[in-house]
Amino acid sequence: MIYLDYSATTSVDPRVIEAMTPYFSASFGNPSSVHRYGQQAEAAIDSARETVAAVLNCRPDEIIFTSCGSESDNLALRGAAYAMREKTGAKWILASRAEHPAVTKTLLHLEKYEGFLVEWLDTDEHGMVAAETVSKSICNNTAIVSVMYANNEIGTINPIKEIAEICKTNHILFHTDAVQAAAYLPVDVQALGVDMMSLGAHKFYGPKGVGALYVRKGTPLVSHLTGGGQEFSLRAGTQNVPYIVGFAEALRLTNEERVQRVTHVKPLRDQIIGTVLETIPDSRVTGPMESRLPHHASFAFKDLDGNLLLTLLDAAGFACSSGSACKTGNPEPSEVMNAIGLARDWGLGSLRVTLGKDTLPEHVESFLGALPELISKARKLSR
Amino acid sequence: MTKVVVAMSGGVDSSVAAALLKEQGYEVIGMMLRLWSEPGKEDSNRCCTPDSMAQARRVAAKLDIPFYVIDAKDVFHNTVVQYFLDGYARGETPNPCLICNRQIRWTFLLDHALALGADFMATGHYVRKQTTDKSHQLLRAVDRGKDQSYVLHVLNQAKLAKALFPVGDYPKPEIRAMAEKHVLPTATRKDSQDLCFLAGEDYRNFLRRNAAEMLRPGEIITRDGRSIGEHNGLANYTIGQRKGLAIASSVPLYVLGKNAGSNTLIVGTQEELGSRELIARDVNWLSGERPDEPFQADVKIRYTAKEAEALVTPVNGNQVQVRFEASQRDITSGQAAVFYQGDVMIGGGIIL
Repeated sequence: MIYLDYSATTSVDPRVIEAMTPYFSASFGNPSSVHRYGQQAEAAIDSARETVAAVLNCRPDEIIFTSCGSESDNLALRGAAYAMREKTGAKWILASRAEHPAVTKTLLHLEKYEGFLVEWLDTDEHGMVAAETVSKSICNNTAIVSVMYANNEIGTINPIKEIAEICKTNHILFHTDAVQAAAYLPVDVQALGVDMMSLGAHKFYGPKGVGALYVRKGTPLVSHLTGGGQEFSLRAGTQNVPYIVGFAEALRLTNEERVQRVTHVKPLRDQIIGTVLETIPDSRVTGPMESRLPHHASFAFKDLDGNLLLTLLDAAGFACSSGSACKTGNPEPSEVMNAIGLARDWGLGSLRVTLGKDTLPEHVESFLGALPELISKARKLSR
Repeated sequence: MTKVVVAMSGGVDSSVAAALLKEQGYEVIGMMLRLWSEPGKEDSNRCCTPDSMAQARRVAAKLDIPFYVIDAKDVFHNTVVQYFLDGYARGETPNPCLICNRQIRWTFLLDHALALGADFMATGHYVRKQTTDKSHQLLRAVDRGKDQSYVLHVLNQAKLAKALFPVGDYPKPEIRAMAEKHVLPTATRKDSQDLCFLAGEDYRNFLRRNAAEMLRPGEIITRDGRSIGEHNGLANYTIGQRKGLAIASSVPLYVLGKNAGSNTLIVGTQEELGSRELIARDVNWLSGERPDEPFQADVKIRYTAKEAEALVTPVNGNQVQVRFEASQRDITSGQAAVFYQGDVMIGGGIIL
């Protein structure tokens, strides 16, 4: 099997496993305990927090560890929404149409059950939110703006710096979902100018089940998981020490090796895009060519059942994904496909191919060699 | 290794079929179809609900085989469901499982299985396949009570060449025992009954919701043309039905037939029930060859009917005349007449 679905998840780097291991049996204390066991555990997460803060260029007490990127999104949006409403009465939240469901579903919830109002910012045909779109839509009743750093389905990198500027000028909180971006893009929060940023370890060779939320000092936030006061009373629950250690180590390695990893995947990704457009009729790239995640290729194929293509690919030994696949075999084009205005007969035929630091040129060759026939088979069966 | 795709439903039979084939050394791949269901009733369907899909997925995980779901909503609706509605509109009692087996399972799904590189497709049908050097035959299952050969009379030699039916050699209790032995998640599920897309309801409710215009009131008449009452839509009645006729009569009356053209329901007394003859159209001969001469056979006129001795005579075009030894009750147009000799299924057609 050849794995080409790194945007879905990655394996855990052996160096990360090594860093995590002591905290399962040898050093297993509860960080909140007074005794030596607790002190050691607390030291471990403090150290992890410092490591993460160093990468993000922020203070350690601006890092909250969570269970995953989705939880970070939930904490950021709910927490800031309640806090801002309490503080200023603002109740509008602006988000792009192409956000991850962890953002969109949370906002729909806030709208339905908590009386907030949500405005969806249009994207261009590449899924990008222009800074002007944001500046046109904000008003003095806007509490938060949420625009993802990079899109998981179509690879778009949004103009985060510019949007952050606009929000700062207007005293509006700016949250960015950087879950997909962190694997390959710089995450210096001062350079970016964001107030909150969500991360998830399993996208950058860390374990599944741990994430983090950066919250700029001074950002009002109401806690989401209430209880024992952990994580600055913002996220209750005994900390998952080994996984937090793993998160930090994975992020540290990603930051150190970023340039090599980008240099490795980018040409392979470009080869895929070029070859697919050349060899497959009625195919197009979704998302922009520039301003795109370096490891990410995504396509739409006309008159094709995307779910069926994934099945054929898997049976042929290639693991990929798509924006319209559903494990129950009921494919509907995703929101992102709709947001970029893709017609249904294209939107049902999406394919996402994402590379990793261990992807080899022969993997790519093999995939590109097999794809045309599989597409042709899928198209014949979909007729 | 020989590759076989097993059509899985989440039920016991297809699950054990997969287990058996894996044991026999095949490279097994599980596949399931997402069929059509009425909007809003996805979870009530008898088959292929999200729940049964989860079940099939668990079985596949337990057996450590790949599992894929293929979308067949549109093709299922356009062939099977439409066939069902059209049949009732013609005053027949259609058996959509026949169309499903021919068009959906053994064409659409088979095509997908072959596209994956499979050498065979297997199902959990209770039926046996026998291959001589000349041809493939379908035989009734060892478990006569569970035999499902009836719905497979629509297959041809080309499809049979690609088919495997692992469970037909075993009685049902043994299949259940195998499921338990393998600790398959479906082991304790009850057998499913009735049409898969009816959301567990009576077919009449389905027709009311999806083809209400079909259910127009009309006359109830006797065989000699006397009008004696009103019916509320031909599709609401089955041949041989006694109750619910709403006719005042000194003797019990039974539904004898339907005339879609005049929208009339024909009823009669018990003595008038039954016939010794039927004509079947669109006959499929499993061997691929239409016999020249009449032949003796045991004929089933319904999935649940007991087979009856008859003389089968091929007549014009692709039809047969079937003449029974004894009078048969409730010969229903739209159902299939399937002919057997011993355990071997010879063929079948749709009763006119």
